[in-house]
Amino acid sequence: MHANKPENFYQNVTEALAQPDLKMIIRRTTDKAETKRAEAIANFPEFEKARQQGQKVKDHTIKYMDHYLAEFEKNAAAQGTIVHWASTGEEASKIVLDICRQHEAKKVTRSKSMLGEEIGLSHALDNSGIERVETDLAEHIIQLAGDPPSHIVWPAMHRSREDVIKLFREFHKDPTYSEEITDLVRSARRDLRTKFLTSDIGISGSNFLLADSGSSCTVTNEGNAELTITPPKVHIVTAGIEKLVPSMAHAVPLLRLLTRSATGGEITQYITFHNGPKRPNDADGPEECHIVLVDNGRTKMLADGMEEMLRCIRCGACMNHCVVYKHIGGHAYGSVYPGPMGSVLTPHLDSLKVANKQTHACTLNGRCEEVCPVNIPLPKLLRALRAESWQKKYEPLTNRYVVKAYAQLAKRPRMFQFVSSCGVVFMKLFSRQGWIKSMPFTGGWTRNRDLIEPESKTFMQQYKASKKAKSSGGR
Amino acid sequence: MSEKNSNADTESVQSNTIECLNISEKRVGFFVTCLVNTMRPSVGFASITLLEQAGCNVEVPELQSCCGQPAFNSGDDEGTRQVAYQTIEQFENFDYVVLPSGSCAGMIKKNFVEVFKDDSEWLQRAQNLADKTYELLSFLVDVCNFEPENVEFEGSYTYHDSCSGYRSLGVYEQPRKMLSKVKGLDHKPLNGHSECCGFGGTFCVKYSDISNEIVAEKTENVLATEADYLLGGDMGCLMNIAGKLNREGHTEIEALHTAEVLAGLATEIVGAKNARK
Ligand code: SF4
Repeated sequence: MHANKPENFYQNVTEALAQPDLKMIIRRTTDKAETKRAEAIANFPEFEKARQQGQKVKDHTIKYMDHYLAEFEKNAAAQGTIVHWASTGEEASKIVLDICRQHEAKKVTRSKSMLGEEIGLSHALDNSGIERVETDLAEHIIQLAGDPPSHIVWPAMHRSREDVIKLFREFHKDPTYSEEITDLVRSARRDLRTKFLTSDIGISGSNFLLADSGSSCTVTNEGNAELTITPPKVHIVTAGIEKLVPSMAHAVPLLRLLTRSATGGEITQYITFHNGPKRPNDADGPEECHIVLVDNGRTKMLADGMEEMLRCIRCGACMNHCVVYKHIGGHAYGSVYPGPMGSVLTPHLDSLKVANKQTHACTLNGRCEEVCPVNIPLPKLLRALRAESWQKKYEPLTNRYVVKAYAQLAKRPRMFQFVSSCGVVFMKLFSRQGWIKSMPFTGGWTRNRDLIEPESKTFMQQYKASKKAKSSGGR
Repeated sequence: MSEKNSNADTESVQSNTIECLNISEKRVGFFVTCLVNTMRPSVGFASITLLEQAGCNVEVPELQSCCGQPAFNSGDDEGTRQVAYQTIEQFENFDYVVLPSGSCAGMIKKNFVEVFKDDSEWLQRAQNLADKTYELLSFLVDVCNFEPENVEFEGSYTYHDSCSGYRSLGVYEQPRKMLSKVKGLDHKPLNGHSECCGFGGTFCVKYSDISNEIVAEKTENVLATEADYLLGGDMGCLMNIAGKLNREGHTEIEALHTAEVLAGLATEIVGAKNARK
């Protein structure tokens, strides 16, 4: 599958809507996610409190980012971890590649990391000739298929079981001929096991970075992060600077929110805190540990008044509950992060110029904000990006003219009412039996639905007439 | 009730009930909204009837236009301000401002202040207006303690909660409470009652095809209720859902604004419509 580009959003949407099974495939995952999340929240009476706490923790850490970054660096270094700083995605990828080259790595294992996708690490590794092994089951599937991820929690949700059967038969060394899910999982496990043990370097992301201990926390269901990190000699973490929290105690409310919002689980199978390289008496663990802290537009978001977006814990709830995402799917957005959170993030990671159309692909219905576990006002942020885009004149000229003409008219109530009454007369010309099937200037509307026929006179015309009649009758 | 608003709403309901004691001494400014003005004036007259039944002293300023959402949602802050200036001037001296639409009421209540962040004088005036602005159905119940009397309307209805009414203003119980007093009317719950219908103002023309997929799902749910009427509190959603139903050839169900039913106008409207057919 080719990777869509954010600037081709209109075309991507048309292609997505033309795929006959896409909606069914998306729904299979998002409907279940919605139900399970709702159940989890219903069984979590402290949800509202946890959400406020989570928001506070994030806001506090973001506000004192410099302090906590310094503390994290100091404590990580004290454990023997080597801390690197990258201001762009490219820089971050280069740091990782340099470490790989230093160690003459031929094979690297990777556990799922959206940040890894964001900084283009997959491509960078592939281009450098190093064998890249994705160890998360869904990432494994899309690696075999050559797809970009379509969701931040379930990156392979766009692939059906039939697709997976085909892919595994084609690529696994010792494939299964059963179509049972357990057998398919076993097949993947067989294939990955040997690779875990022969990997030169393990690369992971991080869900939380704890400033007071310098450790990094991973949250998974498959245990693949642990197997990615422990056997190889070298471990590299890539993490966005917004992953920072002051301490373990601060990570806990966020963890509780994360698992429930993402999968509806109270907890995942594996939550591991990684504390630097192997110590003298440890049975296993990497000999060398690196953490690459990535900015890539994040401090600029702070400066641009988008700091609320830095609270995001990548749970995916906003996309699971988004009416637009549920119809067009993740690939249409043309970026690593799809859905509401992606439409806010992509303009900062890429540029608003290429990703402004996505900010308009939203009815501002507020469902995403309602479910977001850290209270991110996504509709407000999307609207703010539209305002920025308007100021920078990125909007198509026709849209600008129509909106400007509207505002010029609406600020003059008499004119506005006059034009409204003319509109009624005009619409009446095209009405048949109470409905308008099509008429000039309403293409966007009547393309897919009919327009009700207006009454003969506007409210204001009728109201004024009745007031006049009343007052002359009273005289 | 939306997850987030529940606490705030109970508070506002309580404080408002105290004020409702002498509603007849208060001046209520009625903002018609542009969709009601052009497409469905009967909703405006029904609203005035209800407000007067509730004892309000209603005035309709003649110099009014639109709440400004098309500019605001497009990101045109300057255009929004231009529209907002005159709305604030026209309405700020009323005791209450009422609109027969959750989304337009939400615009004044929540969004005007967004565009006046850098102008302290107008920010103050926008906030003052926001504080006394209400969506019609919630105003009738929360502030006026209104209950419709002797209203009859035969049939069953299902209810679509508009996103701005439901999520941003916490309108949910109020219309249902009043409709339960209408004789002859049965409620058939709508699956996904608060899911967006895909209208979204300019969204439905800009992204007509996505909007179409969303509204198709809504009409499916609406039809599954087998109700005779689809009711709601926002003309935008109602026009969108009704327009899609008609395009699909479903004439068995009719969309009406809740105010039309509560004011006893629905029988006439349905009758007039059937006569035209
Ligand atoms: S924006 Fe909120 S709901 Fe969406 S992924 Fe981030 S934390 Fe989750």
